[in-house]
Amino acid sequence: MTRLESLQDLETFRQACLASRDSRRTCVTVCAGSGCTAAGAQDVLRSLRRNIEQRGLNGQIEVKSTGCHGFCERGPVMLIWPEGTFYNKVAASDAKDILSGLVNGRRPVERLLYKDPRTGERVVREDDVPFYRYQHRVLFRNNGRIDPKAIEDYLSVGGYLALPKVLVGMTPEEVVDWVKRSGLRGRGGAGFPTGVKWEACRKNPARPKYIICNADEGDPGAFMDRSLLEGNPHSVLEGMLIGAFAMGASEGYIYVRAEYPLAVEHLRVAIQQAEELGLLGENILGSGMSFRIHLVQGAGAFVCGEETALIASLEGRVGEPLPRPPYPVQKGLWGKPTVINNVKTWASVPVIINRGPEWYAAIGTERSKGTMVFSLVGKINNTGLVEVPMGITLRRMIYEIGGGIPKGKKLKGVQIGGPSGGCIPASLVELPIDYEELTKAGSMMGSGGMVVMDDDTCMVDVARYFMEFLEEESCGKCFPCRKGTQRLKQILTRICRGQGTEDDLLLLEELSWTIKETSLCGLGQTAPNPVLTTLRYFRDEYLAHVRDRRCPAKVCKELITYRIEPTLCDGCHACVQVCTTEAILGEKKSVHSIDDAKCIRCGACLEVCQPKAIEVS
Amino acid sequence: MPRLKINGVEVEVEPGTTVLEAARFLGMPIPTLCHDDGLTPYGACRLCVVEVANGNRGKLLAACTLPAEDGLEIETHSARVERARQLLLELYVATSPQSKTIQDLASRYGVRQARFAPEFEDCIQCGKCVRICQEQMVAGAIGFAYRGPRRKVMSPFRAQSEICRHCGACLYICPVCELRCHGAQPETTLCSGCLNFAPACLAYHDHAMCFLDPCVACELAGPLRQDLLWPGANPRDRESKGDRP
Repeated sequence: MTRLESLQDLETFRQACLASRDSRRTCVTVCAGSGCTAAGAQDVLRSLRRNIEQRGLNGQIEVKSTGCHGFCERGPVMLIWPEGTFYNKVAASDAKDILSGLVNGRRPVERLLYKDPRTGERVVREDDVPFYRYQHRVLFRNNGRIDPKAIEDYLSVGGYLALPKVLVGMTPEEVVDWVKRSGLRGRGGAGFPTGVKWEACRKNPARPKYIICNADEGDPGAFMDRSLLEGNPHSVLEGMLIGAFAMGASEGYIYVRAEYPLAVEHLRVAIQQAEELGLLGENILGSGMSFRIHLVQGAGAFVCGEETALIASLEGRVGEPLPRPPYPVQKGLWGKPTVINNVKTWASVPVIINRGPEWYAAIGTERSKGTMVFSLVGKINNTGLVEVPMGITLRRMIYEIGGGIPKGKKLKGVQIGGPSGGCIPASLVELPIDYEELTKAGSMMGSGGMVVMDDDTCMVDVARYFMEFLEEESCGKCFPCRKGTQRLKQILTRICRGQGTEDDLLLLEELSWTIKETSLCGLGQTAPNPVLTTLRYFRDEYLAHVRDRRCPAKVCKELITYRIEPTLCDGCHACVQVCTTEAILGEKKSVHSIDDAKCIRCGACLEVCQPKAIEVS
Repeated sequence: MPRLKINGVEVEVEPGTTVLEAARFLGMPIPTLCHDDGLTPYGACRLCVVEVANGNRGKLLAACTLPAEDGLEIETHSARVERARQLLLELYVATSPQSKTIQDLASRYGVRQARFAPEFEDCIQCGKCVRICQEQMVAGAIGFAYRGPRRKVMSPFRAQSEICRHCGACLYICPVCELRCHGAQPETTLCSGCLNFAPACLAYHDHAMCFLDPCVACELAGPLRQDLLWPGANPRDRESKGDRP
């Protein structure tokens, strides 16, 4: 690739990219995100390519591996362009039929189309699939179209359009003003207005300045940032370039988890391509601006997502937070003004520049603008990544996009905002999702993890699980977070074992409050949220544990017993064969019984019992 | 020069002063376990949290790392602060019941219950030893290793450090190693000795083990605090009945 020396060069190059792409030519884009790859997307890709070769369709049908399309539950998924036909659960053996369909009058392969479970009808186009219909895809709009390793693809869908617009027609102040007017708030979770942060950095006279992209996504069940980096890394680079222009930064860092090898690889390729084209480096497009991006891999600490800990880690120190003030915009990386934004925040910037702040501010609610990406996981039919406008209700999210709860179970609660978010109960299903409403409900936006729970979930056990995670991931520097999370877990474990008292609930509340008030960084200040929200919304469940020594969801092993109903048992002996502790007694063809002392409540017998004779109480 | 108000008293300080230093200048005590004048502020023990009465009331802030800025209004002993400190001290006592420094603080700040099972972990990871070794002794022989519940102070790779000069600075500055309080036993995490008229250690030893330093608990709650006398709590009574705790 030759270096582009001016804005004109970039435009010429873009036109050349567009000319080499016939928009009418058939293109099959297969999702090769981590979810679909795990479901066999690579086999599908190989099979497609081999079949095209065999049929001599080279040049007529193009096959692309793209980033995540979002509908992970139905993976591997693919799209057929230009029509936008959506196939789900594709296997390698389907390649023949797909190609036959394309060659013979472009008829879609019926069995690979998505079947709407409510109407039973097959849906042809992606936009008509209920999972996608209510989404508003701004950041993820191009994930299903472009090859993340080809900068030409990004250019031909309108990439690097915002950069020349900024370089030529706008002053840095104007850019900051646009970001402010767009109402964009930090997508890492805290929701600090991005424009305000940028302005503070811009006004700081110290030089040099740094900008950092925080891609240390560590919440259990969250994979939005990974999918964006895997699927469209250039959008993040472009956002950072615009940020560098607005703030006068000369160097940028992307701090990405080492556990995301595909994201790291795609970023490395993207940075290399941008450097070769002269979009990164000295005198970018002849504008006189210089900017470099370094890729740094984190070493696996959850706390390094906290900005001061991230800076410490970048500088080569132990990843432990520092007190603020001074804030990173005052004294950040190597004591210089630094702006840290999340992956999604950076990727939103080119959109705001391209479409204008008013367009962006029109999406969402009064104080939370734009779209938010959630990873919808847990007990939900349509697991995947969803991008929705702020202010969408939980009901629409779970029942229309998410397709409801599997096996006809009832919704119990939703954990929003990662391990230190809070559990929102089913009764608040009409809650609009934005920063303020979630905080009011005791949860937080966080980075956008959304774990759906059905009535088989014990909320005390959930709180205990999250405390276990946070105890492990607390850096241990400040006392309330280190010791407090340990003690919270201890008390919750005690309650789960049926050894808790009502005083324990008061102690939980008091301790949670103190941890929130006195901890050094965001991790500790939000760590008790799961305990506080479950106590607030599911207090009767806690009371059942401490008063009646009973676990209503039948999860806590010390509080349940297994017994065989003699009238139902047909003596098939299946349970005896799976029981690993020899706790089930009885001869074949005679009624069995369970020795409670030996039973470890693993639930294996429950699964094999045909007459459903085993009762849990 | 920044002018700020601490507990309603106005004070003007040099730029770069922390709120903790400003409060101490006024003679207003703020408890801390991880701060020492010769060491860089660390902000880990969180006992010195104060409330900012104007502006960001969202959370309590550590006075040792909070720069004294113009116009700040600080409350060092508001109800909210005291409540947080008491529970923190309850946690500290359970972590290291035999530190007299901690027992004294607990007594001074009115901790009257110990709801957490004692762990006798001793090290509270205030980081004073690590900092004095690095900053004053210019050695850096010890540091923190591991994370979260496993985090601990040790020499690199657990080996005898070659740069350690055995100067003893780490021992000198440790709030836990020095002044062992023998009053606290597994069943009586809190010393509260003087609430019982005499230090609890007298039940185990012939003389008070806190003689090295006047016991704050004793000073604050000597014979005058008869109202707080627990029935049968006097160790001498217990001894006469023959049921030592």
